[in-house]
Amino acid sequence: MSVQQVPPAAATAPADGSPAPSRAAVRPARTKIVPTVVLALGGVYAVLPLLWVVIAATKTPEELFSTFSGWPSFNGGFTGNIAALDDYGDGRFWLWMLNSLIYAGGGAFLTVVVSAAAGYALAKYRFAGQRLIFGALLAGVLVPQITLAVPQYLLLSEMGLVGTSWSVILPSVISPYSIYLCRIYAAAAVPDEILEAGRVDGSGEFRLLWSVAVPIMTPGLVTVFLLQFISIWNNFLLPYIMLADDDLFPLTVGLYSLLNRGASQPALYSLVISGSLLSIIPIVALFLFLQRFWRLDLVAGGLKG
Amino acid sequence: MTSVRENTPGPGRSGRRGPAVAPYLMTAPAVALFVVFILVPIGYAIWLSLHAMRVRGTGLGIRSEVFIGLENYLDAVRDTAFYEAMQRMLGYGLIMVPATMGLALLFALLLDAPRVGGKRYSRITIFLPYAVPGVIASLLWGFIYLPAVSPITAALEALGLPAADFFGDVSIFFSVANIAVWGSVGFNMVVLYTTLRAIPKELYDAARLDGCAEWQIALKIKIPLLRPALIMTSVFTLIGMLQVFSEPATLRPMTNTVTQDWVPLMRVYQQAFVENDIHLGAATSVMLAGATVLLSLAALAVLRVRNARSDR
Repeated sequence: MSVQQVPPAAATAPADGSPAPSRAAVRPARTKIVPTVVLALGGVYAVLPLLWVVIAATKTPEELFSTFSGWPSFNGGFTGNIAALDDYGDGRFWLWMLNSLIYAGGGAFLTVVVSAAAGYALAKYRFAGQRLIFGALLAGVLVPQITLAVPQYLLLSEMGLVGTSWSVILPSVISPYSIYLCRIYAAAAVPDEILEAGRVDGSGEFRLLWSVAVPIMTPGLVTVFLLQFISIWNNFLLPYIMLADDDLFPLTVGLYSLLNRGASQPALYSLVISGSLLSIIPIVALFLFLQRFWRLDLVAGGLKG
Repeated sequence: MTSVRENTPGPGRSGRRGPAVAPYLMTAPAVALFVVFILVPIGYAIWLSLHAMRVRGTGLGIRSEVFIGLENYLDAVRDTAFYEAMQRMLGYGLIMVPATMGLALLFALLLDAPRVGGKRYSRITIFLPYAVPGVIASLLWGFIYLPAVSPITAALEALGLPAADFFGDVSIFFSVANIAVWGSVGFNMVVLYTTLRAIPKELYDAARLDGCAEWQIALKIKIPLLRPALIMTSVFTLIGMLQVFSEPATLRPMTNTVTQDWVPLMRVYQQAFVENDIHLGAATSVMLAGATVLLSLAALAVLRVRNARSDR
């Protein structure tokens, strides 16, 4: 299984043509131009919209429609936009950002706790009903979360939770895919010998989970946290259906509602644009910062079935 | 799956310890949440889809939920708006799925090929859009499509070319698909690339000694070995197609080309929350979920057949 074989360093290290030293000696390794250009074009395609939003955020609402859109403006448009955004609904934008952070951070944290315990138990114990539980969870991967939205709404409405933060957080905590990844990782990374040694020393099962398995599983758990954080941060339909109160919106729903209002008032477009920029910055920063801690080989290993 | 099981100890250990409660306690929160937020909603959706609000009795009858069998499903199938939404979704998917998978495979192979420059930069930048929420991505692209602020329109004008219409009857499919492609190529690329990295390099050496070019190695060795990962990522992309919602929903305020029921999930939303027919909405979403599950099962079956064949 690739989880064991590929150390994180190998997954991130650049691959230069090292496999055939004899050939390299015959012919000097020269960078191939066409493949490099194709790959670079892919990078440009990926970055272009982000570059555009940075440029557009520097413009005043009037400049947005009147100046060349490929070039930034330096007439104080940026600070003006931020101030306008800050003013909007008494700082509602910052509330949206805080909400997104709470939903994604809290939800992903709870997912990791629930999934790590379940994944570890499924990987390291034999117990009656285990196959049933694992089979049901696997089937859960196949059920589209998003088509559950309508019945989840009705159910939470019966429970009196619709319109509260819980209606966004609770359905996000159960993630069959996260449990699946945790199970794979626990099976591959946590050695049975250490668990046995711990049992001989008289450790309880929960102590083994907490002080033996969890530290070993941490790299995998970071990946699960990040995948889940991004998926909740990016979620739109669930909060869109569940929430009616502006003050509880996450960024996605908040900015969408702003754009909806902007359709009749193009002046709001500048707000949407600078809001989009500000909403991307934290997640892109987190993403770049934590890049090296990702164990995407885990995801690929999981996909191999 | 079998390889996972090999890593775990055989039965017997727990037998010595008697029936352990620990694994049940550890899985309990997951099972409870699974039942409440996945199993019960599925059952509830199916129950809803078989019922309807009907007025019972004569005169001032009381509206109550009655069992109507498959009537909602017949209505859902006959619903022309849903039918058209399905057609649009397929048109969108016909562009989005091959483009996403093709680009992801191309970039993954280039990242894995020797003597290609700028790999680290490309890998990070192409993966970057995955971190951008679909709604925000749609907002950004929406503005790039919007004639008044579009840098593309500006560039075309500067060159003296006619302006492109991104919200036309046909071009809208490409515009919506492009947003999804932009957001999902990177993730699929990384999954495929990581799978490629796990293939032992010795497999290529013999081919290289025989004088195979890198593109031949990619075509004849790498792609066949990638097949399981390709099938799984394709299925995830197809499921993404069935669930397309936020991209067209976000473009809606910018153009009249995108209607309120442009894709099936928008139609479900409209049925359930705008027309207040929860029962019809449930029937439609059960059908969508059914299609997704069938698709996934078919892919798993294909994978299993392939694995069985390669194990032989």
